[in-house]
Amino acid sequence: MEYKNNPIHAPGLIGRLADLFWRRKWLLLLLMLLPPLLWLGVIYIGSLLALLVQSFFSIDEFSGLINYELTLKTYKELLVPANLDIIIRTVSMAAAVSLAAAIVAFPIAYYAARYARGKWKALFYLGVMLPLWSSYLVKVYAWKLILAKEGILNWLIVKLHLSWLLDALLATPVIGGNSLSVSYIGTFLVFLYVWLPFMVLPMQAALERVPINYLDASADLGANPVQTFRNVILPLAMPGVIAGSIFTFSLTLGDYIIPQIIGSSRLFIGQAVYAHQGTAGNIPLAAAFSVVPIVIMCIYLWMAKRKGAFDAL
Amino acid sequence: MTSAVELHQVSRYFGAVRAVDSVDLAIEEGEFFALLGPSGSGKTTCLRLVAGFDSPSQGEIKIFDKPVHNVPPYRRNVNTVFQDYALFPHLSVGDNVAYALKIRKVDKATRQKKAEEALEMVQLGGLANRRPAQLSGGQRQRVALARALVGQPKVLLLDEPLGALDLKLREEMQEELKTLQRSLGITFIFVTHDQTEALSMADRLAIFNNGRIQQVGTPENIYHRPQDEFVARFVGSSNVLASSELAQLGIQAESASLRPEAVQLVTNGGYFAKVLAKSFLGSAIRLQLALFPGGDSQLQSTPTNMSSKISPIQLSALVDHSRAELNVGDTVRVHWPEGSLHIMRVSSSISTGEL
Repeated sequence: MEYKNNPIHAPGLIGRLADLFWRRKWLLLLLMLLPPLLWLGVIYIGSLLALLVQSFFSIDEFSGLINYELTLKTYKELLVPANLDIIIRTVSMAAAVSLAAAIVAFPIAYYAARYARGKWKALFYLGVMLPLWSSYLVKVYAWKLILAKEGILNWLIVKLHLSWLLDALLATPVIGGNSLSVSYIGTFLVFLYVWLPFMVLPMQAALERVPINYLDASADLGANPVQTFRNVILPLAMPGVIAGSIFTFSLTLGDYIIPQIIGSSRLFIGQAVYAHQGTAGNIPLAAAFSVVPIVIMCIYLWMAKRKGAFDAL
Repeated sequence: MTSAVELHQVSRYFGAVRAVDSVDLAIEEGEFFALLGPSGSGKTTCLRLVAGFDSPSQGEIKIFDKPVHNVPPYRRNVNTVFQDYALFPHLSVGDNVAYALKIRKVDKATRQKKAEEALEMVQLGGLANRRPAQLSGGQRQRVALARALVGQPKVLLLDEPLGALDLKLREEMQEELKTLQRSLGITFIFVTHDQTEALSMADRLAIFNNGRIQQVGTPENIYHRPQDEFVARFVGSSNVLASSELAQLGIQAESASLRPEAVQLVTNGGYFAKVLAKSFLGSAIRLQLALFPGGDSQLQSTPTNMSSKISPIQLSALVDHSRAELNVGDTVRVHWPEGSLHIMRVSSSISTGEL
């Protein structure tokens, strides 16, 4: 008996292509990877290199024209107190946000990884992702209203007779201010809220991969829950924490909208880049500012690796 | 002698499933005790209850006469070797072994020394700096053993520790575990579904089925005097004879067990039997026999009308290679020594005895 589409018979075009890919497996891989590689290689790496090159140019203070000779002059300008302040402010904020996000995210991620099943797991994903579905700007402006002096949070605090606590908090030098919406505390809270999902999800994924057996084994060997957390759970979840903090840290380092809408009027790196490449026309300094987060992230990852954060991978 | 571990009417329910059902057990100090049963029979759950990873729904567990109802696993002086070893992947082999000591805040130098000693005990000296992932399955098994023993527990629990090893390695480890247990003198409680393993290693064993203990005893006792059909069939292979078959042999009893190796081929006397099948097992030959207690006349009758009369007794027998010339269809005479047919139930009431 003969079948018309018997695969043993002479193949058509698709069949022949399939045969070719079967014989030369690298060919299919190359075809699939070529577009993203081109994209990454030319557009992404290319523009990054262009940025790097720009940062080694300088600006002529009198004419405002760019001097295309390679120099470290622009980088020296970064170390001017006003600019250094911006860098320190941004890095401190990014570090504080990442640390707080890790602390807030951990119980959520742990619950989701260890206990949530079926319906509750779906609810967890929904709850974590839902804020990401609405516009970032809408959320930030909503927070401005929440944190404003006439906002709902202040109203609640007054009702709870806790105004003295808020006033004391706002009276703190540097991080305080007239109201939450114009203080660093406000900026911090909004950053924390906006980037939290980026910490919860990788953490949950990492915790999910820690077998319950390891926790049993740790307890069996005499470790109480705190010791088990320190010696087993945390080290094994560390790649997830690092992955999450890469998001929260770099997103905070680069953001220029939240500090503009909420917080004091002092600049963050993103705002400095925006200002220098726009109105000021100082492209080299803007480029040099942009290199700062890249360098900081490289140092951060290098330190994390040295500390053994990726040993569990 | 004190009991190392005592279970009194212990049950563990998961919903409607009775994973462990009213188990009574007393394991003596210094004993090598095996919990043997098919998968899902409750033996591992039992071990987890003793370790403290799970709590009984009912009943009481005592470790060295102390009730452990509210004692968390980290306060029990028992350690476990897990089925999949559960070695911490982020720690070196040495740090894995020293874990219990680190938790007890033993200083680093002592810790390392003790870990190295423990590794030497399981013949893995010098591997302290490796990662668990760099070791073979057999080596990981030994690391798990060293890790569990380094804290000098009074009871060591082993959850199918040899299950993932290949046969050769498993036999080697059985020897080693036995030697280790004797030299340390601590109680080993060993969960396995492998009856050969349990019989060869344990001082005593408990046979589990459906969450219940069917029988507790020494390997010899359980092998030669199984209490019921389940034990007879699960431990070794056995010919379990029902009352109608026993009646043909002139025995009044509900059921009895006859080990295949007890069935002998003789030149005269005994019963006539026909060879139904023959299989080569390496160390022996197994014959599937149809036994005709009625004698030669019954044997001569054709197979078709045989079924309408009294059916023959099916028996399997282990014979040595001198009988390799036997073929399917051949007629032989079989006999078994006095006492090898073990009566498990004398008419419906449960009791044991020998014939």
